[in-house]
Amino acid sequence: MKKNEVPQQNAKAFMGHSKVLYALDEQGRYVPTPCNGWEAEEIVLDQAIAEFQHSAAAAWQRARQGVGSALEYHMYRQRMDLVLLAQSTGFFRWRVRRHLRPGVFEKLSNRCRQHYAEALGLAPAQLDVLPDQL
Amino acid sequence: MNAASVAPDVEIPFDHRQSAHCESGVIASLLRHQNLPISEPMAFGIAAGLGFAYLPFIKFGGLPLFAYRMPPGSIIRGLTRRLGIEMHFETFRQPAAGMQALDQYLSRGRAVGIQTSAFWLSYFPPDMRFHFNAHNLVVYGKHGNNYLISDPVIDIRVECDADSLRKARFTRGVLAPKGLLYYPQYIPPKPDLPRAIRKAILYTTGMMLYVPVPILGVHGIRMVARKIRNLQSRAQHHNKLLLGHMVRMQEEIGTGGAGFRFLYASFLQEAAGVLGKPGLAAMADELTAVGDEWRRFALHAAKMCKGRMPMDYGLLADQLLDCAEREARIYKRLRAEVK
Repeated sequence: MKKNEVPQQNAKAFMGHSKVLYALDEQGRYVPTPCNGWEAEEIVLDQAIAEFQHSAAAAWQRARQGVGSALEYHMYRQRMDLVLLAQSTGFFRWRVRRHLRPGVFEKLSNRCRQHYAEALGLAPAQLDVLPDQL
Repeated sequence: MNAASVAPDVEIPFDHRQSAHCESGVIASLLRHQNLPISEPMAFGIAAGLGFAYLPFIKFGGLPLFAYRMPPGSIIRGLTRRLGIEMHFETFRQPAAGMQALDQYLSRGRAVGIQTSAFWLSYFPPDMRFHFNAHNLVVYGKHGNNYLISDPVIDIRVECDADSLRKARFTRGVLAPKGLLYYPQYIPPKPDLPRAIRKAILYTTGMMLYVPVPILGVHGIRMVARKIRNLQSRAQHHNKLLLGHMVRMQEEIGTGGAGFRFLYASFLQEAAGVLGKPGLAAMADELTAVGDEWRRFALHAAKMCKGRMPMDYGLLADQLLDCAEREARIYKRLRAEVK
């Protein structure tokens, strides 16, 4: 790729920053070249974020209807899934899956809550709080 | 008030230079900081950082891992081993001990590299924050409660508050950083660059061509091509996630473009000068052309995900096969060139 072919499509996600690509200058030598966004990257980034948002919205609905817990919503909001939450708390997956059930979640011990709070970067009291709207 | 917040401000003069990739960028700038001038592509090449792996048994959000380079940590280890540099590595059980050690190094005037999660770094743009535990950056000072950071993938110097940095250094899970902190301890006065370059090229090309595992190197690329050709059109949502995921690993995660192919071509160009072998520069041009093909693959895949192009698994698979064949030819000629 030549330097003047490096896409500059001002991606929203970069928030004014740019990244470095290696591209060829006029003499055919490689130089680090800033790039502030490319269509392909923007599409796949949006896709990945939308997938988390979709899961979070579904979890929010379930929690509203009382068939899911707020914990599940917070998990997706913090861009995690069951596997990642299990890894970052150190709990077995089956245990996390169980804790995601509303009845079980309400009776969770303070120590367990502390683990989830630390993994998700929230205060322990916030774990039960579901926002009024998305 | 705790001890950390009353510590005097420190700022170690450090040259911040933006790089394409975090690990090669951090190690190159740490070495430059200690008077061993080395470019990022050179660091990446000598580390034998280039690779390809399709790992279906490692899942991220239910999607397999596509890696365009060797595993995290191998760039620093590969580079320093081939140049005879000794590194000091330190990990910590207790976050508090890890933060205290960092403060101590800073107060003694030493800038250090650390491994972190990308999600908890407060200066990252929110949309770029994902749970990836092997991000690398340099800490070169502290003002009050904020650490001064030279993050190689960010265009400017940044700051991060102590709480976020502690969280980022001590997340758990796959590739957990465990507070890893490192710096070069001994740098030989005259590292043998030509020898290191030759060894690294032989290692990388051997890896890409001859490892008898179908998921690594050019075999891996061919296998992914087969998988994509055989995707079932009824699972289109999942297929789109898979393709999007692959493109993200190739372009977005600090690869310098085309899944590190441009970075490696830049290394070959520089190596041609060091070894006095113009043949390597010619190979660099060919690898650039393959990189352009990888970029076209990424653009097509992304457009198909978004519906801006009709979904055509056969086209994507053909592009990948083309990349695999051309790369295989390049690696074989590279071996002949440096042997």
